[in-house]
Amino acid sequence: MLEIKNLHVTVGGKAILKGLDFSIEAGQVHAIMGPNGSGKSTLGNVIAGREGYEVTQGEVLYKGKNLLELAPEVRACEGIFMAFQYPVEIPGVNNTYFLRAALNAQRKYRGEPELDSMEFLKLVREKLKILHINDDLLHRAVNEGFSGGEKKRNEIFQMAVLEPVLAILDETDSGLDIDALRLVAEGVNRLRSDDRAMIVITHYQRLLDHIVPDKVHVLADGKIVARGGAELALKLEEQGYTWLEQGGIQSLGAELRA
Amino acid sequence: MHGELKEVYKPMSSEPTQVDSTSANPSSVDHFVQQQYRYGFVTDIESETVPPGLDEDVIRWISARKEEPQWLLDWRLEAYHHWLKMSPPDWAHLKIKPIDFQAISYFSAPKSDKDRPKSLDEVDPKLLETYEKLGVPLHERARLAGVVAVDVVFDSVSLGTTFREELKKAGVIFCSFSEAVHDYPDLVKQYLGTVVPSRDNFFAALNSAVFSDGSFVFIPKGVRCPMELSTYFRINAADTGQFERTLIIAEERSHVSYLEGCTAPMRDQNQLHAAVVELVAMDDANIKYSTVQNWYPGDENGVGGIYNFVTKRGDCRGDRSRISWTQVETGSAITWKYPSCILRGDSSVGEFYSVALTNNYQQADTGTKMIHIGRNTRSKIIAKGISAGHGQNAYRGLVRITKNAENARNYTQCDSMLIGKNCGAHTFPYIEVSNPSAKVEHEATTSRIGEDQLFYCLQRGISEEDAVSMIVDGFCKQVFRELPMEFAVEAKALLEVSLEGAVG
Repeated sequence: MLEIKNLHVTVGGKAILKGLDFSIEAGQVHAIMGPNGSGKSTLGNVIAGREGYEVTQGEVLYKGKNLLELAPEVRACEGIFMAFQYPVEIPGVNNTYFLRAALNAQRKYRGEPELDSMEFLKLVREKLKILHINDDLLHRAVNEGFSGGEKKRNEIFQMAVLEPVLAILDETDSGLDIDALRLVAEGVNRLRSDDRAMIVITHYQRLLDHIVPDKVHVLADGKIVARGGAELALKLEEQGYTWLEQGGIQSLGAELRA
Repeated sequence: MHGELKEVYKPMSSEPTQVDSTSANPSSVDHFVQQQYRYGFVTDIESETVPPGLDEDVIRWISARKEEPQWLLDWRLEAYHHWLKMSPPDWAHLKIKPIDFQAISYFSAPKSDKDRPKSLDEVDPKLLETYEKLGVPLHERARLAGVVAVDVVFDSVSLGTTFREELKKAGVIFCSFSEAVHDYPDLVKQYLGTVVPSRDNFFAALNSAVFSDGSFVFIPKGVRCPMELSTYFRINAADTGQFERTLIIAEERSHVSYLEGCTAPMRDQNQLHAAVVELVAMDDANIKYSTVQNWYPGDENGVGGIYNFVTKRGDCRGDRSRISWTQVETGSAITWKYPSCILRGDSSVGEFYSVALTNNYQQADTGTKMIHIGRNTRSKIIAKGISAGHGQNAYRGLVRITKNAENARNYTQCDSMLIGKNCGAHTFPYIEVSNPSAKVEHEATTSRIGEDQLFYCLQRGISEEDAVSMIVDGFCKQVFRELPMEFAVEAKALLEVSLEGAVG
């Protein structure tokens, strides 16, 4: 579904990604782990199409097409969703109104009829039920005055409504206490499906206790330095990222090496 | 991305604050601030215009032409002689080229004035076409809605008034100022200049000397005006100053909502507009005055555009009276305007809700004055400034609590939004408290439409245009919801047009 080959990206003239290879298929959940500054969030932003990230080399294929030439809103309409690390507040814009505008923009793009407010409300109620989210969030302005946990839950709620093909969860665990983390992870697990791929970007292994990935990629200094199953995350947690730098990868054995 | 500065003022403090646009802003929003004025056209109707220049003779000519009583001519002349001794205000945060007041013509009327049309059917079709282009389908609106009476001011003379009969039944007087002078001279004489004295300020004095026409509203005791009252102003003849005069009197326990809106054709030369609006609210009366202002703002290089120097003031003369100003200011090259409330009656309430948008080289210095005189008086100020392009937007507000104003309350919220990196937002709050029981609150925020908000919307599949429109609309929500429904839709649309047709 998504295939990244030899991706080089600079931000403000500084090289961040230096030859990254990555691919994921429908139905899979992959985790990308790595220390601060390794380029995790850059990867997410490049896939989503944020300005300011210059691809100097390599390619990104999504459903077999060149993703990099698509505008960010077109990527969204093509099914790419990003759960933001720091969801922004949009004062005065009702959360439900915002989400309906987003869904209808995507439906319009796909040539589907737009939902009126009654139909949309029905859909929203279904999704709320699945995620066990209080409908209080619906009546407030987008993320305005939301707690950290509420913001992250709102992201997952949006994901449930927009039903993306490829979801990127950027440090969704950051700033959450263990109860909030569990709630968010449960939501994500309910949205796992055979025709959806998810990329979970995280610094810590603890999120992966709750969202068990099919595959773990370790990113360091702009490259994937190790790949493995869920157990790789545990190993990292135990040893810390410094262990990577000290050549610990070798000890995992050749089959894990990038 | 939310730069927030929150200030809670202690009594007597009145330090102005300024926030200038400094840090870089994404270029992606730049093209939104490029927008052509949609209503730029000139109606080809022969006008009867006095030659440029102002002296006693011109004033006598205007007064004679309008067949005014002697007392009104005397009042004009008194204002004129005082005006001669005054000079234009220079304290506003505005760069204004000196205005040659002798280069302006002080009266212009469509030629057909003598045999003025009796109904809309008799109105010059070209004129109606003009209104159609402006999106003011007068007859349509009147017929469909049946709730809005429209008193159209085209240049300086009223052309038609609808719903007069229905209003008459309720005892409401709604007519042009000139008509009021003839038909209700005692009322005009009793109230004219009692809220904005003819010597109040340079532009008010000028207006008092040369005012051409405007609207007059009188709501008798206990009457709730059965419909929203509305006037559309336009400026047409080149180099013609426009000097409207509006007077609204709400007697005890009466209730009225007045809407004012306007657009102007595209012109190269700056046109001066100096209106005066006076509101009087007696005991338990309620006046709501809403404005959507969309005069020609000049082109993207700052050439042309209307100079808009307006004095608007409401007098809460009676106990428990309430005056509420709501304005959406998107037009004019220069806006100098401070709709104010004098809270004389005990427990009276003054409100000011404002959205001011400056784009390209537009400048606005706008705000309000809340003068608390009565006991338990309350005022609320919500001001939203949006600056784009090279626009400069200043909020200037005075809250004065006088010595006898026991338990006065004021809440001021003043928010600025910057779009692009060449614009500026400035806040000048003046707070004067002479009674220790007063509670005065002031909050100010400055934010910038940035990458983050825009990208968040884009990432959900929303187009850039829709995103900007949504963000700006959200920013203005507190003000828009104070507007009458029909006007709110118009205001929202105007804002979108002014920031490049953001909502498709």
